[in-house]
Amino acid sequence: MLRYIFKRLVYILIALFIIITATFFLMKLAPGSPFASERDFPPQIEEQLNAKYGLDNPWYIQYKDYLVDTVSFDFGESMKYKGRSTNDIISESFPISLTLGIEAMILSIGLGIFLGVVAALYHNKFPDYLASTIAVLGISVPSFILAGLMQYFLAFKLDLFPVSGWKGFNYSILPALAIAITHAGFIAKLTRSSMLEQANSDYVKMARSKGLGKWSVVIRHSLRNALMPVITYLGPLTAGVVTGSFIIEQIFAIPGLGRHFVTSITNRDYTVIMGTTVFYSIILLFAVLVVDILYSVIDPRIKLKGAKK
Amino acid sequence: MKKSNLFLMLMLLALTLVLAACNFGGEEEEPASEDGSTEGSTEETAEGGTKELNLVVTSEPPSMHPQLATDSTSSAVLKQIYEGLTTYKDGEVVEGAAEKIETSEDGLVYTFTLRDAKWSNGDTVTAEDFAYAWTFALTPENASEYASILYPIKGAQAYNLGEGSVEDLGIKVVDEKTLEVTLENPTPYFLELTAFKTYFPIHKATAEANETWYAEAGETYITNGPYTLADWQHSGSMTLEKNANYWDADNVAIDKVNIGMVESEATAATMFDAGEIDFLGAPFQTVALDVIDRYKQEGILNISDYSAIYMYKFNTTDEVMGNANIRKALTLAIDRQGLIDNITKGEQSPALGMVPTAVKGFEEDAGYMKDNDVEEAKKALELGLQELGLGDASELEIKLSFNTSEAHAAIAQFIQEGWRTNLGIEVTLDNSEWQVYLDKLTNLDYQVGRLGWIADYNDAYTFLEQYDSAENGNNDTGWENAEYTELLKQSNSETDPEKRIELLKQAEAILMSEYPVAPIYYYTNLSVKKDYVENMELDQLGNVYLKYVDINK
Amino acid sequence: MAKKDLQFGNIEPDKFRVVGIKQDETEKLADKSVSFWKEVFLRFSQNKLAIFGIIALVIIALLAIFVPVFSPYSYREQLGIYNAPPSASHWFGTDDLGRDVFVRVWQGARISLFIGITAAVIDLIIGVLWGSISGLAGGRLDNIMMRIADVLSAVPYLLVVIILLVVLEPGLLPMIIALSITGWINMARIVRGEVLSIKNQEYVLAARTLGASTWHLIKRHLVPNALGAILVTMTLTIPSAIFTESFLSYLGLGVPAPTASWGTMASEGNKALTSAPWRLFFPAFFISLTIFAFNAVGDGLRDALDPKLRK
Repeated sequence: MLRYIFKRLVYILIALFIIITATFFLMKLAPGSPFASERDFPPQIEEQLNAKYGLDNPWYIQYKDYLVDTVSFDFGESMKYKGRSTNDIISESFPISLTLGIEAMILSIGLGIFLGVVAALYHNKFPDYLASTIAVLGISVPSFILAGLMQYFLAFKLDLFPVSGWKGFNYSILPALAIAITHAGFIAKLTRSSMLEQANSDYVKMARSKGLGKWSVVIRHSLRNALMPVITYLGPLTAGVVTGSFIIEQIFAIPGLGRHFVTSITNRDYTVIMGTTVFYSIILLFAVLVVDILYSVIDPRIKLKGAKK
Repeated sequence: MKKSNLFLMLMLLALTLVLAACNFGGEEEEPASEDGSTEGSTEETAEGGTKELNLVVTSEPPSMHPQLATDSTSSAVLKQIYEGLTTYKDGEVVEGAAEKIETSEDGLVYTFTLRDAKWSNGDTVTAEDFAYAWTFALTPENASEYASILYPIKGAQAYNLGEGSVEDLGIKVVDEKTLEVTLENPTPYFLELTAFKTYFPIHKATAEANETWYAEAGETYITNGPYTLADWQHSGSMTLEKNANYWDADNVAIDKVNIGMVESEATAATMFDAGEIDFLGAPFQTVALDVIDRYKQEGILNISDYSAIYMYKFNTTDEVMGNANIRKALTLAIDRQGLIDNITKGEQSPALGMVPTAVKGFEEDAGYMKDNDVEEAKKALELGLQELGLGDASELEIKLSFNTSEAHAAIAQFIQEGWRTNLGIEVTLDNSEWQVYLDKLTNLDYQVGRLGWIADYNDAYTFLEQYDSAENGNNDTGWENAEYTELLKQSNSETDPEKRIELLKQAEAILMSEYPVAPIYYYTNLSVKKDYVENMELDQLGNVYLKYVDINK
Repeated sequence: MAKKDLQFGNIEPDKFRVVGIKQDETEKLADKSVSFWKEVFLRFSQNKLAIFGIIALVIIALLAIFVPVFSPYSYREQLGIYNAPPSASHWFGTDDLGRDVFVRVWQGARISLFIGITAAVIDLIIGVLWGSISGLAGGRLDNIMMRIADVLSAVPYLLVVIILLVVLEPGLLPMIIALSITGWINMARIVRGEVLSIKNQEYVLAARTLGASTWHLIKRHLVPNALGAILVTMTLTIPSAIFTESFLSYLGLGVPAPTASWGTMASEGNKALTSAPWRLFFPAFFISLTIFAFNAVGDGLRDALDPKLRK
């Protein structure tokens, strides 16, 4: 196992290197600059700005700088938010996104698996239809519409929650729900479908014929194996959700990290683009690794290549 | 099986614990910021002696350094915490940090005598602070993007562009309280400029001691305006508190201003409806299109003229757009009033010239053209087609470019349909991401492109100057005209204000006969406020000075 | 071992006799022969929800084809009645530019259905192939293929879109390209996960031992067994493609205005939530209905194809 993880770490480093390289060149190819606006300023000033932020260096020097930045995990000063460092921006906003993201993950996993199991147990009966309808609605109504609706009706009309902001737990409920519901719908559908596959497998029939109850079979046997595709989906999803959602943060005015992924690009704020990308990549690559490790924990038949020898 | 089950359970347990820890960690951090902002958002606490105002801005201000700030959000906040030599009251320039302003006969030398004013830390505001701030903006290494607004000062442009020296700047500290400024040309709007953010002073000692003094609120953030920046949660909120050391503190009514950062217009409107904020609108946020009609019905929507123009520029280097008659046809065949009544809804006024009616001397319609003059447009189109050697309008292929925004898209579709039905011209819409779009404009890689222009100072020159040569970075049309350039030059050295306006009007007339630009409408500023908020009015530059605002519940 | 057991039971060999191979009897079918596809069809047609899904999809498709042709209004015609609520002359009301929402919904259905289905098919092909090859191969190839997927999903998508925006003329093709760059990754990951768990099961090992080719394995064993997850993932792909289209159009990569699509209509309608809610409701309703129908068909197909559910 350790050997396998070590091998994967090497691949993670390679992947990270490719991500930085690709992002760097995409960034440089994209028209615009962090200082562009409809109001032009003299070229001399632009030269000074470029010099100030090292943008006057030839591309390979800049490229090298980003690589060095990544290794030392210090991405430098934001080009848009004057006097603010990329590291500060990330470290201030990430805990907020993380909190919200974890809440959303718990909601979506709980809700999703519950709906999925119910649907599978009562296959093609009313509870299945109900659960499936909820799941499909969740999948087909995107979070930005859902967030707007919930904010207008639940927070404003019914006054159950604050409209926006980030000042305590009750501020996080609506945004967490808005993030969770789409994913919950998908998790429910995945769980349902793989539960159905398990439901007809021999060991489940065996357990049932031994007299075990419907639910205890679910909990002891089928769910565990049915979770494979769900876990596959959860890995990258977690990486995405804990680093924040641009739209949700925008609608609920939450000072999270998600917005920086988008605004740094529209601002061409190169240092922040690189910082957030590397940060997200590391989380994603490790989340995917965790998924692979979980596979073999859940299903010992799955062997991780490289683990043995 | 059993064993791995246990392992799984342990993993899950560990995971839950980690998650829970994170979660609480996140929550525990909150109270710190909570004290600052939640108290304020409840209306009741405002009764207890302190007056609080709640409002929202669109985003985190990118820079709270007066000399480095470029955007309107930063500017809207900076105006409350700093004060220039002059400031505005009811749209008129009044003395700010300066007590007395003397102008030489030729309009070239301004002598400012400062008030006995103090910084928020108790230090005296000196002429040196102003000179330091202005020089900071002009120093090439500091790369201030707005430095050009200081160019009317003698030697400023040369120094800023690396051709002159700091000694030759027309900024002279006569003594602690006297600042003497020499200008390049008589600039009749110079006292408007001194109220602009780039002309604000900064506290020299702290700025010299700490290079990034402006990145956080607190000890190092020292201001000379009516308010101090008491708290700044990045991307979250800002809190302004009354500056006890401000010279006119007795006349500042609001004790505390809570500024939330809310990007979504819909959310901001809901917050206003829910009573979480007391004011919504320019210059801090925008009143969403969705609620304009409702606020109008409720009779709370305030509409004020704004010195700004929305326009379509033509790329005159393009084969088709190079034809003045085609440009004329397109310009005339825009139903501006229809657009304003049905799409933009803000009671903007149809732009029939290049200088907004909010600008002094340009209040009257000069009669360059009629709104939606389809007859004339058809005639011009006919001529244009002949000149291009085309038989029919359907042979024209025109691309209308704009940057990504629902509002721009709606306007473009409205105008597109007008051109199609009235002139028979098929227009394709080309929408691109903001920076890609800017790139297209500067490289003249477009045919018709939208742009807005907002005045920094309320003078016609700011609207006309950009077309003085094809090389002007703000021209973007490739158009130039020797006579036009000459008129603008003359206006710069003209000391008689009436004559100067006359020259600028002549220049405008040239623009409106060659149509490098199709003016569409003059902006208005929209805002709503709760009825207990008093004196919160916008001037024609879209400024709100919270200094004058009061709350009476 | 075997010998011992036999001895243990004290079974004498002379208790057995050779009867020979009764070829005709082993090959005889107990029931009337029904071809696989016919059986699938039979089972599918008994599923009411799935039939409902099919009917709904057919109706939506017919409306998308015919409404724009026969409507008295065109999708771009501005009628001068702005944000009017649904009425007899405008069943779904009008929008901010005074256009008939009914005709725009069906005009929009053309683009959105095209985008949704194309994206789903592309994701299906790339995702399933990528995932199953990666899962089957294992080892270094698996690692490389999955890290490629990781890299693609980590590089900022918005940046990629901006580059496409500069390089390509807006239209359907760049949109499909933009959708295909990352759309398949989710599918590939899920298929790989399924393959990993299936490939070590006895029947696959058996097939392998019998010399089945990789392609045969994918086609006959892996895909059918991962079908449930694949279909579910596809039902997620369609709505996400419909809304990604509106995001791409918003940035300028998609079909230019005034062309309608459900995604753009819904996102614009979302901005008019309080003043003209019908502009959000109708496109959103038909998106949901379509996804629901696809989903019902997908579930029906899964049930019908599931070999274990065969009676």
